[in-house]
Amino acid sequence: MIELQHVSKAFGATKAIEDLSLTVQQGEFIVLIGSSGSGKSTALKMMNRLLEHDSGRILFAGDEIRTFRPEDIRRRMGYAIQSIGLFPHWTVEQNIATVPELLKWPGARIRARVTELLELLDLEPELYRNRYPHQLSGGQQQRVGVARALAGDPEVLLMDEPFGALDSLTRVALQNELARIHRASGKTIVLVTHDIDEALRLATRVVLLDLGRVVQSGTPMQILAQPASEFVTDFMGRSEVGIKLLGLETVAGRVRRNESAEGTPVAENLTLREALSVFLARQVDRLAIVDGAGRPAGCLHFSDLVKSRE
Amino acid sequence: MPRLITNRVLGVLVVIGSSAALGLAYLSLAPNRLVLGTGIPLADLLHEWRKLILLPALLLCCGMFMPPTRRTHAAVAVAASLLLVALVWLAGDAATRLSKVAPSISRVSLGGGFWVLLAVTWLAAVDALQRLGLSAAWRTVAAAAVIAPVMVLVALGELNQLSLLKEYANRQDVFHGALLRHLQIVGATLVPTLVIGVPLGLALFRSERVAPAVFAVLNVIQTVPSIALFGLLIAPLALLAATLPWLGELGVSGIGLAPAIIALTLYSLLPIVRSTVAGLGQVPRPVIEAAVGMGLTPRQIFWKVQTPIALPLLLSGIRVTTVQAIGLTVVAALIGAGGLGSIMFQGLLSSALDLVLLGVLPVVALAVTVDAAFRFLTLLLDRSQR
Repeated sequence: MIELQHVSKAFGATKAIEDLSLTVQQGEFIVLIGSSGSGKSTALKMMNRLLEHDSGRILFAGDEIRTFRPEDIRRRMGYAIQSIGLFPHWTVEQNIATVPELLKWPGARIRARVTELLELLDLEPELYRNRYPHQLSGGQQQRVGVARALAGDPEVLLMDEPFGALDSLTRVALQNELARIHRASGKTIVLVTHDIDEALRLATRVVLLDLGRVVQSGTPMQILAQPASEFVTDFMGRSEVGIKLLGLETVAGRVRRNESAEGTPVAENLTLREALSVFLARQVDRLAIVDGAGRPAGCLHFSDLVKSRE
Repeated sequence: MPRLITNRVLGVLVVIGSSAALGLAYLSLAPNRLVLGTGIPLADLLHEWRKLILLPALLLCCGMFMPPTRRTHAAVAVAASLLLVALVWLAGDAATRLSKVAPSISRVSLGGGFWVLLAVTWLAAVDALQRLGLSAAWRTVAAAAVIAPVMVLVALGELNQLSLLKEYANRQDVFHGALLRHLQIVGATLVPTLVIGVPLGLALFRSERVAPAVFAVLNVIQTVPSIALFGLLIAPLALLAATLPWLGELGVSGIGLAPAIIALTLYSLLPIVRSTVAGLGQVPRPVIEAAVGMGLTPRQIFWKVQTPIALPLLLSGIRVTTVQAIGLTVVAALIGAGGLGSIMFQGLLSSALDLVLLGVLPVVALAVTVDAAFRFLTLLLDRSQR
């Protein structure tokens, strides 16, 4: 979908990106992570030509992006940023309709698309359609921001720390929704963040950048379990690697189906990390587990957290 | 502890109004238009049923002791409006009666008492409307509702025996010509101001390096007294017209319209340029970044994003400019540009105060009307945006 080949970029004397190669496959959810100054935002902005690369090649759908008109390429990629940047003089509907209008979709299709997106992002369409951005909370504004980025049915969604300014509760809710949207639509997403938990929660592939280079690229599990260097271990939080690993897997995979246990049951779609918390809070070593419909699904032993039984 | 006087503003206004009514002449009667007249106090004019005028005034006095409810404020607003119209009518009525007994060249002018009472009543009305919590748009409507009856009085000829309107009657053609010329000058100033000012503001917004220098120049121009600027332009323009005769044929000369419009434009540039830059600066950076990132072209960003967000501030700049130009045009009469200023200066030179008023009052009225109209417009725009 997008391919960066030996790309470099400098701002004056400082090199932001050095010899970066990265391929974004169709349907992937790539999270670019790194500390500030690692070049993660620069890499993202080069993909839709908000920044021009100095050397190397960036391909979009097989063609060098410089062969496109910048506006055309941007309309084919959704773009959402931390500070949202909703147009204050337009309603929610007009904001979301920005790219479809630019693409000259017929009015009825635009209206239907706005309704669909508001529903997708859990905003009651008839309630929010005609509101102005200043009438929304921060979380609602970013929901509209994400809806606006998705509106033109883009081939790729680029997101620059989209949830960075939200409180943790709202952030998790929006992360879950983004994960759901990704699963449901199979859209290719490239997201920049410095929040490790966000990266592990959302990514199908995490790309860790430092000083403009890729340090390691792999699934969240690979990054945690097989760190390529001491730097990766340090960045992911040396003392918490185990806990973070538990966060990648759900209870469902380790349930003993033919056993049962006492106490209030917990849902099998909880992460093992959340289950650990329940074990510790209740001071027990077995938990009753129920499936999504609330039917008993078995039992989880405390020792199952440490090692899967296979 | 409950306060005895619940509305101190009204209290102060009532005190000022009462002392003016008792201590100052409401009208003055002069044997002719040039000499000073003798004062006539308000009390002498309240014949028979005309004493009813005191009723709304009494209501205003009570208003300051009443509990500050919406009903009180509404009552005060209505009473003040009624009193305002009554005050004007009373002056016209008294002038009519006086003219029947006095010789025909004698003049009845409005006295200090009238003006103070008028101002005080107006303030009471404005204050009450403010306390009522009406939106600015409705306040504009309410103000129009008060002014309309006064206009009707003028139209019906009720005030014709007042010296001010006698001056008007004597100089009707001159007045209408001057008014028209005044508006022409203001209009002719606005066109080059916008054509130069808005693009200049745009350019300055984009280049932060040049902006301080240009603003410094505009600021200096703004500090030059208007008479001096008009004067300064006489020599170069006269020279220009002499060397390029076709310019002279177009009407450019050292005095008259050309220097007036040039000077007024120079004054008008600062507010327009400043509000253009401020308006564009109001557009948040993330909004621009999002617009670029979604694939709007620079032209689309300018027209669809920057312009609408900057417009309310730009409009307030145009408002300031227009009001300023209406005022400054008065001075332009000194270099032969005409306008209402010529009537005012004529009055000043012949020490005919009512003639001065005939020149000044329409200028004030124009400025207030334009100001209100622009505020109203800005309000409408703002409401659809925020």
